[in-house]
Amino acid sequence: MEPINVVTSLMTPLDRKNVDTDQIISKEFLKRIERTGFGKYLFYHWRFDSEGNANTEFILNDARFESSQILVADENFGCGSSREHAPWAILDYGFRVVIAPGFADIFYNNCFKNGILPIRLAQSEINSLLADGQKTPIELTVNLEHQTVTRIDTEDILSFDIDPYSRQMLLNGWDEISLTFQYEDKITAYEERMAR
Amino acid sequence: MVKTIIEKVWDRHVVTEEEGKPDLLYIDLHLLHEVTSPQAFEGLRLAGRQVRRPERCYATMDHNVPTRNIETVSDPTAQKQMTTLEKNCEEFGIELAHMTHPDQGIVHIIGPELGLTQPGRTIVCGDSHTSTHGAFGAIAFGIGTSEVEHVLSTQTLWQRRPKTMEVKISGELGAGVTAKDVILAVIAKFGIDVGTGHIIEFTGEAIRNLSMEERMTICNMSIEAGAKAGLISPDETTVEYLRGRRHVPEGAAFETAAAEWLALATDEGAAYDTTLNLDAADIEPFVTWGTNPAMGTGISGHVPYSSDYASSSDKEALKKAIAYMGLEEGMPLSDISIQHVFIGSCTNARLSDLRAAAAIVEGQHVHPTVTAIVVPGSRSVKRLAEQEGLDEVFIAAGFEWRESGCSMCLAMNDDVVPAGERCASTSNRNFEGRQGTGARTHLVSPAMAAAAAIAGRFTDIRKVPVLQD
Ligand code: SF4
Repeated sequence: MEPINVVTSLMTPLDRKNVDTDQIISKEFLKRIERTGFGKYLFYHWRFDSEGNANTEFILNDARFESSQILVADENFGCGSSREHAPWAILDYGFRVVIAPGFADIFYNNCFKNGILPIRLAQSEINSLLADGQKTPIELTVNLEHQTVTRIDTEDILSFDIDPYSRQMLLNGWDEISLTFQYEDKITAYEERMAR
Repeated sequence: MVKTIIEKVWDRHVVTEEEGKPDLLYIDLHLLHEVTSPQAFEGLRLAGRQVRRPERCYATMDHNVPTRNIETVSDPTAQKQMTTLEKNCEEFGIELAHMTHPDQGIVHIIGPELGLTQPGRTIVCGDSHTSTHGAFGAIAFGIGTSEVEHVLSTQTLWQRRPKTMEVKISGELGAGVTAKDVILAVIAKFGIDVGTGHIIEFTGEAIRNLSMEERMTICNMSIEAGAKAGLISPDETTVEYLRGRRHVPEGAAFETAAAEWLALATDEGAAYDTTLNLDAADIEPFVTWGTNPAMGTGISGHVPYSSDYASSSDKEALKKAIAYMGLEEGMPLSDISIQHVFIGSCTNARLSDLRAAAAIVEGQHVHPTVTAIVVPGSRSVKRLAEQEGLDEVFIAAGFEWRESGCSMCLAMNDDVVPAGERCASTSNRNFEGRQGTGARTHLVSPAMAAAAAIAGRFTDIRKVPVLQD
């Protein structure tokens, strides 16, 4: 997993609540057995019409946000299924950070396993990011070490909470399984205790 | 100290707790299917790792399987997922109910049927509706593919201790009101993210009176309320359901296990972080009108008006949803005509669900403009239904009787609702495109779906004659 610390980029404002994993990656794209290559299917039915033409109204088709690495959305992002294809598609498309007032639990966990930083900000902060960001593109600097999001235009510094364990994992790009192997003897002891 | 079942089960599975870290939680049972496992097995292979406890894993094929002719999977990429699962199970020594095996079925239906799902266990699967197994008093939750790989290689997961929530349904349900209506009413009232960060325990008289199959319907959809898991304390109903099932202990060992299971129930006076209350008498047969499971109301109701909402974002959400659904503000639900009926999914495709639907359609005929299918949740459900002649009832009424699988619940196989058409579905998600690109899904109970198939539109099951005698 790629470590992550400082990301500076224009933010893509996706002004929707309850964005579900079926919208992030539609089921017809779940049949591949690889982890990569899902980016072109991200938000497929919002990006394209039934003939495969780009829907110019949809924010991801706005050329200004082409190389954006930060996605900002409204509450309860990632609700629905456990499909990790959703974060895979987000990452493969080029986003490293997703900011919202709240996330569904499974999606939130899945982000950390893939080097995506999910950030919760207050609803009022999101409201202004979404409103302003749709008028003029806004550049943000996300700093995981300092747990801050800086708006380049206003110089506002917003801070966010993240639990220390998940933060460590992302900063170091650790493979969680190798980490857990260090607890091998405890797992074995647990199994023996339960078998008695 | 008095404890809820959530704390009791959690505490028993903590391998280690350390300051500043989530708990390392031991996983008793790991269920697998073809869609969310290939990349996990590939990860193991690349790192040269083994499956730590293959005997605690059980796999099946369900999401992609054809329900018409199970011998031929028309889509080569779907076929590849099945072959990959077969190879992986063989290589790592995991028991698999292959597509053609008599035990095959939707993963959340066969776990309980086979007695793999037991009270007090921690159960995971790369599927959000793993919450279904909570009906037995297990802590059961969906995980992503990286976590599937983590469980395969370590039999554990790092998990933050969730908060506890009680959802209490007091009183008695009215005639024609089912478990599906209860959970849809809970989600509509409290919202699709009310349970975020929590495990819900469903309590109250109305829950106690439910059968195990009905309890599974409730817990199945706790994820639609955003909860990490949903569960119900075990009681005699739980014990009797499990008695004699393949993977449960026999004889004296069963009685010992049963006593342990009953002791898991939440202690009198134990406290939850949050309690929500709903009166069973206030619940009607439900129909969703929108594009998430909270967008629904009782059959006597109507599509909301934007003036019903205060915030502009809620008004906007209503507009988007009804534009997608092809409905008007204020439209009575009983005026909505449908073209498709799907009776199936891990929410409502058990024997009692099929019986409830069959009771409505017996001697009737599917409306001429409606295509209706029944997809039993497992091959075992299918066999039992056929022994009772339910297949004949459905076929005589003009339904198609299919092989088991997820089918039109997520439309990964050939069972798809065409764009712009409307389906009364007993499944659990009405997201945009869930049953096919542009398809419009209304979530209902099996009886309501059956009644809609006959009438060609939504109809109040309480006014259907068969329920009135
Ligand atoms: S029936 Fe539907 S919800 Fe249940 S496991 Fe299959 S796809 Fe998921």
